[in-house]
Amino acid sequence: MSDEKKIGTYICKGCGIGDRINTSQMATIAERECKSNVTKEHDFLCSAEGVKMIQDDIDNDGVNHVAIVACSRRAKTEAFNLENVAITRGNIREGVLWVRPDTDEAQETTQEMAEDYTRMAVFEVGAMNIPQTSGQSEGRKNLLVVGGGVSGMTAAVEAAKAGYASTLVEKTGSLGGAAAKAWKRIPEHTPYADPEDTGVAELIAAVEASDKIEVHLNSTITKTSGAPGRFSADITTESGSTTTENFGAIIQTSGYTEYDANQLPHLGYGKSKNVVTQAELDAMALEANGGPIKNADGKEVQSVVFIQCAGQRSEEEGHLPYCSGHCCLTSIKQAMYFKDNNPDIDTTVMFSDLRTPGAGGEDFYRSGQDKGVIFTKGIASEVTDSGGGCTVKFKDLILDEETTADADLVVLATGQVANAGVDIDEVPQDEPGQWEVSVDSILNMDYRQGKDVPQLRHGFNDSHFICFPYETRRTGIYAAGPVRRPMDMLQAKEDATGAALKAIQAAENADLGRAAHPRSGDLSFPSFRKEGCTQCKRCTVECPFGAIDEDEERYPLFNEARCRRCGTCMGACPVRVISFENYSVDTVGNQIKNVEMPDEFDEKPRILVLACENDAYPALDMAAMKGNEYSAFARVIPIRCLGSTNLIWVTDALNSGYDGVVLMGCQKGENYQCHFVKGSEIANVRMSKVDDTLQSLSLEPERVATYEVAITDIERAPQLINDMAETIEKIGMSPFKF
Amino acid sequence: MSNLNTEMIEKYRNNFLKEVTANVEEGEWVKMCMQCGVCSGSCPFGPHWDHPPQELFMMIRAGKREEVLTSSSMWMCTSCYNCIVRCPRGLPITHIMHGLAHYADRLGMAPKEQPTMKFAHKFWDNIVKNGRVNELKLSLGVYFMNGIAEGIKTSLKMQAVGLGMYKAKRLNPMEFFGGHTVKDKSGMQAIIEKAKEIEEAKIKKFEG
Repeated sequence: MSDEKKIGTYICKGCGIGDRINTSQMATIAERECKSNVTKEHDFLCSAEGVKMIQDDIDNDGVNHVAIVACSRRAKTEAFNLENVAITRGNIREGVLWVRPDTDEAQETTQEMAEDYTRMAVFEVGAMNIPQTSGQSEGRKNLLVVGGGVSGMTAAVEAAKAGYASTLVEKTGSLGGAAAKAWKRIPEHTPYADPEDTGVAELIAAVEASDKIEVHLNSTITKTSGAPGRFSADITTESGSTTTENFGAIIQTSGYTEYDANQLPHLGYGKSKNVVTQAELDAMALEANGGPIKNADGKEVQSVVFIQCAGQRSEEEGHLPYCSGHCCLTSIKQAMYFKDNNPDIDTTVMFSDLRTPGAGGEDFYRSGQDKGVIFTKGIASEVTDSGGGCTVKFKDLILDEETTADADLVVLATGQVANAGVDIDEVPQDEPGQWEVSVDSILNMDYRQGKDVPQLRHGFNDSHFICFPYETRRTGIYAAGPVRRPMDMLQAKEDATGAALKAIQAAENADLGRAAHPRSGDLSFPSFRKEGCTQCKRCTVECPFGAIDEDEERYPLFNEARCRRCGTCMGACPVRVISFENYSVDTVGNQIKNVEMPDEFDEKPRILVLACENDAYPALDMAAMKGNEYSAFARVIPIRCLGSTNLIWVTDALNSGYDGVVLMGCQKGENYQCHFVKGSEIANVRMSKVDDTLQSLSLEPERVATYEVAITDIERAPQLINDMAETIEKIGMSPFKF
Repeated sequence: MSNLNTEMIEKYRNNFLKEVTANVEEGEWVKMCMQCGVCSGSCPFGPHWDHPPQELFMMIRAGKREEVLTSSSMWMCTSCYNCIVRCPRGLPITHIMHGLAHYADRLGMAPKEQPTMKFAHKFWDNIVKNGRVNELKLSLGVYFMNGIAEGIKTSLKMQAVGLGMYKAKRLNPMEFFGGHTVKDKSGMQAIIEKAKEIEEAKIKKFEG
């Protein structure tokens, strides 16, 4: 392919565009103003014939930069999936036609809008380069699974079934994790009536039988470096010998540790031997091996009280603020240990809110009731030793009275604490070149931003439990099982299966040089102009995914496969040296600059809308589909993430005469909706400083507005643009028109 | 009857739930209550009960035998079936209420002056005689349930209603002297006898 840029502009007349808009005028602009090399109009561009016309030009005429001026970039993506070219879309259908009324008065401004979008598309594509992979990937596709419990073994077995080899690293001397210490598990099959065998032995057998799974026992990870497709991990045994292996992706299944029940002295733990945790009871049941369970005094237990939410769902200091999700079902399961052995044993589950998640949860609860397990809605305040047993003081919430219950054994349903390694927000980072192994760390990554995967909330590794399960904030490293969020065995297995598939996907994508979620398939990656870099470190600090390391000279070191292509680094860079081949300060800057700016007395203001392509832009598209109109003075530019917004765009826009700037990103903060986790938050911090810029230009602060827009805001998003138009009407046109 | 009570106490010691499960009609459902409170919220008489159904179930589980059986709550049930229709767990709550009332009465623990119970007894005694309800005798019996003075007062108050019913041929004064019967009165009585026998056998079973 020749290095010369040859721009082809293709204007569609279909979907009514040709009826309402003078497309030949658009073509003239593309040719004359924008210097498009090839410019064609077509009645039905997304038809096979239309696409062939473009492909022929690419193949025969050497067109390598394609501007398709038709519908939104979110529509007809399959038809316009052209390879080995730089491509952009001018949004005439959703961006102009459907948001403007079909009236004679509106005709002039509608035509202007369409012409501007044509200019924007052609100038944008002109600033692009053809995306090419970096070639950094080593094409490894085997997986590293850290943690040999049910989650880890399931991940390895599922990966093996899909044909991918994995290495399973377990810290202790045997596989099985927490599940191996349980007598039975919560049922996973209909009729969900009785506890089931844990299935751990079968799982271990499957791991051992597989020729695709290599197991390292008594081993930990002492160093992880690289990126998807080329991870390198040091596996160190207890005796200190280290082997270094390479992997395509990593699954972290380091599970949980039991909450320390010694923090619950009021519930008698540590004071009475007959107060145990659920885990301890399961160990007792395992020892009893189906026979009667005896308490610490050697007495066969005749009455047992389970206290739910012990040290959980509580704001008290030292307690867990969250629900561990499995304990209600676990208590029912354990009560059945007694009931199935002898129906005359009194079993009471003391709960404040009984929650039995999962398909079989309610059936299992019902089965427990049917077997005679008594469920008492009450809150235990104190457990005291009564000699050979315990007395539980509790408040009955239904009968509204303080009362007591005697039991031979009291079981505390304590929660799960994630075994997530070090909290990188708390532990200071190692300086480049001074990296050290931490015994508390799970993965011991040599990443600039810290040794372990960032924690989302309450110490669990996750990035967004609804939108992107398994995705951590480290590309190619997936968390599954109770390290991600508290869960039981069945959920852990489902989790592990999902994470295994994600890991395989990440390794395969890395091999092709493609981005993983959410811009999957994107071939471009950030690069920087070293001469211009001031080593300010903003990119390495702000990258939400820790994709950028620092080299010994403290220049940023980009790892292609770790990058999610959000562009937050590009927005952060004060000297604007970071760019993607198909997304840069110039590609957006060109769009901003090439909008035709009517002079002050034309009464035609211009509003720049920078809309996040994940939520705000689709919201505007959908608004268009519904026919929700907005101001003809708006020029909407989709951006990858509000985090990629470089202040220069706003400054340039205001300097070149725009009357208002509207930024639309995703919800930030604790319940963030940002696809790149931190992008919208970072952008907001940056925008808080835009007031200085406005002041230095003597402009009103109302001219720049930043909003959180959800994908469902199809009424609100256009309204926000109209609000800005109204504001401009009030405060007047910008004085910066030329 | 109180003899039966002591026996039951002895047999089930402090496990009242087991006693209810074994002896109360539909009592085996009590353990299945999940304490959502929909029954209590649905009951049109809810505010007037000392203990709404959900609470009664919890009291049974908590072993509050005396309090449950001497309660007037289950006697308040009007059989509207709202609770049965709404119970997410499908408990036959109305039937359990009647079962509990019946059991309390059998053990001699029901509150002595409970009007619903008194009416129930009167109704039963009335209907088993002829197999048909003698409305005149039943209503007069109910009016005079609480003494002659109150009976005369109530009768006078209801005079107009009675007269109206008479005119509409809904009330026959001749019923006072016997009244109408079912076709096969002795057959009906044999059925009742048999039923009693079965009940007695059941009680024997409790005792054993």
